[in-house]
Amino acid sequence: MAIITYREALNRALDEEMARDPSVFLMGEEVAEYDGAYKVSKGLLAKYGPKRVIDTPITELGFTGIGVGAAQVGLRPVIEWMTHNFALLALDQVVNNAAKMRYMSGGRFKMPIVFRGPNGPAEFLAAQHSQSFASYWAHIPGLKVVAPAFPADAYGLLKSAIRDDDPVVVLEAEMLYGTSGEVPDEETLVPIGKANVLRTGSDVTLISFSKPVRYCLEAAAELDKEGISAEVIDMRSLRPLDMARVYQSIEKTNRAVVVDEAWPLASVGSHIAYAISHDRFDLLDAPVELVASHDVPMPYNHQLELEVQPGVKKIISAVKRVLYLE
Amino acid sequence: MELTKEKKKKMLFDMMFIRRFEEEAGKMYGLRKIGGFCHLYNGQEAVAVGTVAAMDLTKDYILTGYRDHGFAIACGMDPKAVMAELFGKVTGSSRGKGGSMHLFDEQKHFLGGNGIVGAQIPIATGVAFAQHYNETGGATAVFFGDGAIHQGAFHESLNMAKIWNLPVIYACENNQFGMGTNFKRVSSVEEFSIMGASYGIQGRKVDGMDVLEVYKAFSEALDSARHGLPVLLDIRTYRYKGHSMSDPQKYRTKEEVESYRKHDPILIFQDRLMADKVIKESDVADYENQIESLVAEVVAFAESSPEPALPTLFEDVYADAYPLASLRQGGF
Repeated sequence: MAIITYREALNRALDEEMARDPSVFLMGEEVAEYDGAYKVSKGLLAKYGPKRVIDTPITELGFTGIGVGAAQVGLRPVIEWMTHNFALLALDQVVNNAAKMRYMSGGRFKMPIVFRGPNGPAEFLAAQHSQSFASYWAHIPGLKVVAPAFPADAYGLLKSAIRDDDPVVVLEAEMLYGTSGEVPDEETLVPIGKANVLRTGSDVTLISFSKPVRYCLEAAAELDKEGISAEVIDMRSLRPLDMARVYQSIEKTNRAVVVDEAWPLASVGSHIAYAISHDRFDLLDAPVELVASHDVPMPYNHQLELEVQPGVKKIISAVKRVLYLE
Repeated sequence: MELTKEKKKKMLFDMMFIRRFEEEAGKMYGLRKIGGFCHLYNGQEAVAVGTVAAMDLTKDYILTGYRDHGFAIACGMDPKAVMAELFGKVTGSSRGKGGSMHLFDEQKHFLGGNGIVGAQIPIATGVAFAQHYNETGGATAVFFGDGAIHQGAFHESLNMAKIWNLPVIYACENNQFGMGTNFKRVSSVEEFSIMGASYGIQGRKVDGMDVLEVYKAFSEALDSARHGLPVLLDIRTYRYKGHSMSDPQKYRTKEEVESYRKHDPILIFQDRLMADKVIKESDVADYENQIESLVAEVVAFAESSPEPALPTLFEDVYADAYPLASLRQGGF
């Protein structure tokens, strides 16, 4: 098994899928000659040429819609948004067209399109460039949404997304592009809609996705030193949610802490917390905790921006609350 | 390509049928058989019929906005499935899930039926992108109103169509009112055809009340588009009815509407065909009789069709079965 970066894992997925299927093409700002704003598409122009790796003008609404039209007649576009912050300009095409085309035509069309790019709080980027839009996409029936935290999942989920006949939004964690991890040498698909148990435990279940998953693992290691055994679940897919796997864990631990770096109101995390409370009410020994970002725009100052987001300390504190230790 | 007599007759028949279909749709709306937003095409028939006559829908595609009944029928969709869709019946073209604004037929290369003003313009550009990518030789025509031309989606699309040489025709169906707003009040220019110039795209004004003029303009535009030169058409037309069924039309006078009725696209074409001895007066009466029985058949089909079963509401969300337990046990 090779150790590669999250960025390289995404690149490998794109490369393999483009080699496999000539109907797959990549379109976005700076994806071709610049090799990608975050270098995810590095080398693809040289390998597949300008017909399939296409630089666009800065027109998120327009080129996202072009992807929708191309998918409606059978191509498999991968639309790269330089970041999800800029994808707000394309919301109409994703929400009103990509997500609904199958439904409002009574099943006449499939919509095999991938929308991908970096999402979530980064560093020193302030309010407009450092925020999580997971719930924006996860809210919409007709979309699928994945949020990998590790190179192997980034690789396997992007491959599954490209082969899927429904529109899939891929939330790549901006802060994780340079992180490394093992990725199988042989071709592997990670199924959409399946959570992954990263660590087993018996006292509490930590549930998260994307970057904060890593904080959950760190918190679990810290808690272990205090004799607290935490199970860590990486949801990986936000739509559909693998709630069955979460419940299996709650049945063992009876306590849950959900960690989501988005704002708390109407977030994926708040929904997961609600679903656990509703579906496993009788099994819970404490109210489900939600660790979210503070309900403010992201400040530029580093101390302040770290204070906004979920971190190891906040997770440990939430665990202690559900264990009635704090 | 010269139109044959038979094709001209078919075009007249289609225009008359679309007019009558829309009158019936309006009537059914009044009877509450049809609900929601219902945008009728009366007065604009020459645009849809003239366009379709020029296109080769085995390889070309057509997209329009929500005023889509006319194009759906002109493209050859089964009028029974269209009326049943307006009725919300399971036999409708979208199984009762789309309604008036969302008519589609992938076999007839009619891609809707799009409800958000101007949002079909990038989609159509993407369809043309796919035609170019797959080298099909086909072209795409996208229709939108004079209200939609100011959307960013229009301007972004023209730019990309030009830089990538896409086979696409942008056709503004200028019926002179964006809902209740006269287009002159909200546009920096009155001649939309010049808007293409900003993107190096040729623009042209077309008389949309003359079906042969529309046919000719589209034949030429298609020739250009197929050679990788996108075209912008400003097609001047007029809708007789309100924006939708709920429009009291206080923004224009009855006299204005009546003056346009004197230039009715169907009457103009009938007169032309009679003058050219393509049809006789009795042919028009024959068409009317055929259309009456066809419309009766269409309405009877819609009336007698069943409602969709409730569980179908979870169908067509995804390619696979809807994952009911993914949000909460048993769903909501």
